Amino acid sequence: MSTDWTARPSATPADADAVLEIRGLRVDYGAGAHAIHAVNGVDLTLHRGEVLGVAGESGSGKSTLAYAASRLLRPPGRTVAGEVTYYPAGAGRQEPGIDVLALPPERLRKFRWTELSVVFQAAMSSLNPVLNVATQLTDALEAHRPGMTRRQCLARARELLELVNIDVARLSAYPHQLSGGQRQRIMIAMALVLEPEVIIMDEPTTSLDVVVQREILARVMELRARLDCSVIFITHDLSLLAEIADTIAVMYAGKVVEIAPAEVLCQTPSHPYSAGLLSSFPSLHGPHRTLVGIPGLPPDPRALPAGCPFHPRCGEAVAACSRDVPALFALGQRHQAACLVREAAAHAELNATDSRQASPSLPGRAER
Amino acid sequence: MHFLLRRAIFYLIAAWAAITTNFILPRLMPGGPVEAVMARHEGQLSDQAVNALHIAFGLDPNASMWSEYVEYWRNLFTGNLGLSFTYFPTPVSTVIAHALPWTLVLLGVVTLVEWILGTFAGIVVGWRRGTWVDAVLPLGAFLRGIPHFWMGLVIVTVFAVTLDWFPVSGGYSSDLLPNVSVPFVGSVLYHAVLPALAMVVGSLATHMLSMRNMMVTTLSEDYVLVAEAKGLHRRRVMLSYGARNAILPNVAGFALQLGFVVSGALLVEKVFSYPGIGYVLFQAVHNQDYPLLQGILLITTFTVLIASFLADLAFFALDPRTREA
Repeated sequence: MSTDWTARPSATPADADAVLEIRGLRVDYGAGAHAIHAVNGVDLTLHRGEVLGVAGESGSGKSTLAYAASRLLRPPGRTVAGEVTYYPAGAGRQEPGIDVLALPPERLRKFRWTELSVVFQAAMSSLNPVLNVATQLTDALEAHRPGMTRRQCLARARELLELVNIDVARLSAYPHQLSGGQRQRIMIAMALVLEPEVIIMDEPTTSLDVVVQREILARVMELRARLDCSVIFITHDLSLLAEIADTIAVMYAGKVVEIAPAEVLCQTPSHPYSAGLLSSFPSLHGPHRTLVGIPGLPPDPRALPAGCPFHPRCGEAVAACSRDVPALFALGQRHQAACLVREAAAHAELNATDSRQASPSLPGRAER
Repeated sequence: MHFLLRRAIFYLIAAWAAITTNFILPRLMPGGPVEAVMARHEGQLSDQAVNALHIAFGLDPNASMWSEYVEYWRNLFTGNLGLSFTYFPTPVSTVIAHALPWTLVLLGVVTLVEWILGTFAGIVVGWRRGTWVDAVLPLGAFLRGIPHFWMGLVIVTVFAVTLDWFPVSGGYSSDLLPNVSVPFVGSVLYHAVLPALAMVVGSLATHMLSMRNMMVTTLSEDYVLVAEAKGLHRRRVMLSYGARNAILPNVAGFALQLGFVVSGALLVEKVFSYPGIGYVLFQAVHNQDYPLLQGILLITTFTVLIASFLADLAFFALDPRTREA
């Protein structure tokens, strides 16, 4: 087979150290006029060795994004536009990336788990109830490393259980004999079995209690550093991302509304929604403060408000917000936000420093 | 093993209850078997004859219910199920012993074949859900709705009467003697084709539909998505993750059906005059042959219990969750 299927001529990463690039990704549920645009044009870049946090309320499209990027979307979900490009490790910068969305079935099967693995949200239902732990840990090895003997596979499974702090004797256990925390750790061990470059973690600790959550997160981060893989970590808990992520992307109504290095986003959030999310979770280490919720409900994806989808819930909305759709604009070197008010303010500041004269008018969307 | 022990005790109790019910039932019926025989002879029976009949049925008015019950158990253990009226004076056990092999072979094979084919078809159709393959679903529902005896009549009309490809009735050619020889076995198989076909078509569709529906439900489980994400081979995902979980209800369905194999496919055997238990049962009902009816009822009860026990064993092997608690 030639690489025609997967090579994209222009596919050299925009960033030299990108490992996964998502460009203009759109995912619909259903078709035609009633289709729900769950992911509505998302650009994200995962850098090698990075933990990219994706935060947002339920329904913001963060999980759908992960499923679409890993080709695991089930009908009625459809990826209608966009590109997902994977750049294998060790490949020179001239090496073309792999067009994940165009991989033919057998190539896709081989790509899965060896290059990109997923830790799913529902630990309780993610394990097959009729197969024991050893079988479920080793079947990926059998599928991808046909040369390995049964003994080698089991040795690897044992090694993995030790990595996630589970008694090796549990290899012969069935899922119903394990606690939620144990199951989730086994799911994490499973994702590491082939040492993939990229691991997508979709709320891996949401179903667990806080103590177990901390313990598992600490272990995940330790393993990530040791194995040097890149992680997309999806959660609704922004304060958790503040601790573990290098970069945080905040999603709202199927779009990235703000993306910044973790410490920048947590200390000086620009988008009013990011600020709202931050003040609605208690910080794990910071001082006590009053928690403030975001008023209103997440928008109905079947009837998104015109203009900025967040404007009905936004305390700072101006007239333009219900009319113009904001696009991401650069606030700093790696900091972008999609907010008309902030953009206007940034422009005003820029103009003020540039020419010492303020012009507080709102810029139209035509600029972008 | 604890689980199996508890099941075994349960089945012993169930067997006792069934046998006792079988004992009490004729005694509760208004009129009863003796009156039925008297009616057949239009009352022209001497008192002695009536008395003899009572004793023959184990319904001796002078004996206590308890002593009858003990006698009933003793007879059961010695294989004495009484004498059949229809085939008088052949013992019921002999009548059943002659009819049973026919039914066991015909229905046993049919049940196994239709279950295996139906389940496998269900796995494939379920796996290909949402594609053109779903077009077989209305056809399956239609075939499932056709009663076996009616299917039998159609098949006889088409393949035996009109086309004359297969014999109309019977279990083997009447000019052969029952023995283990090539012509005889060939004749048996030849005669079994149409009755088998009449039953397979509908039941195959039943198994196929139930397996397909369970398969579709199972395939939407998270662990199937995980299996796909792991890049396992399609066959592994379909069989070890999908079918392996979806098959449990179908195993139960199979065991239940297996239990009724012995009672025979009454109407189908009647349509084809097939010499199995179903045909004998029909004769017994027709002739108010109480001892024979009771004997068949007893045998059926036992096979249902045995089949359920087999289903439990299968569950034990297939589903680790049943192995404790």
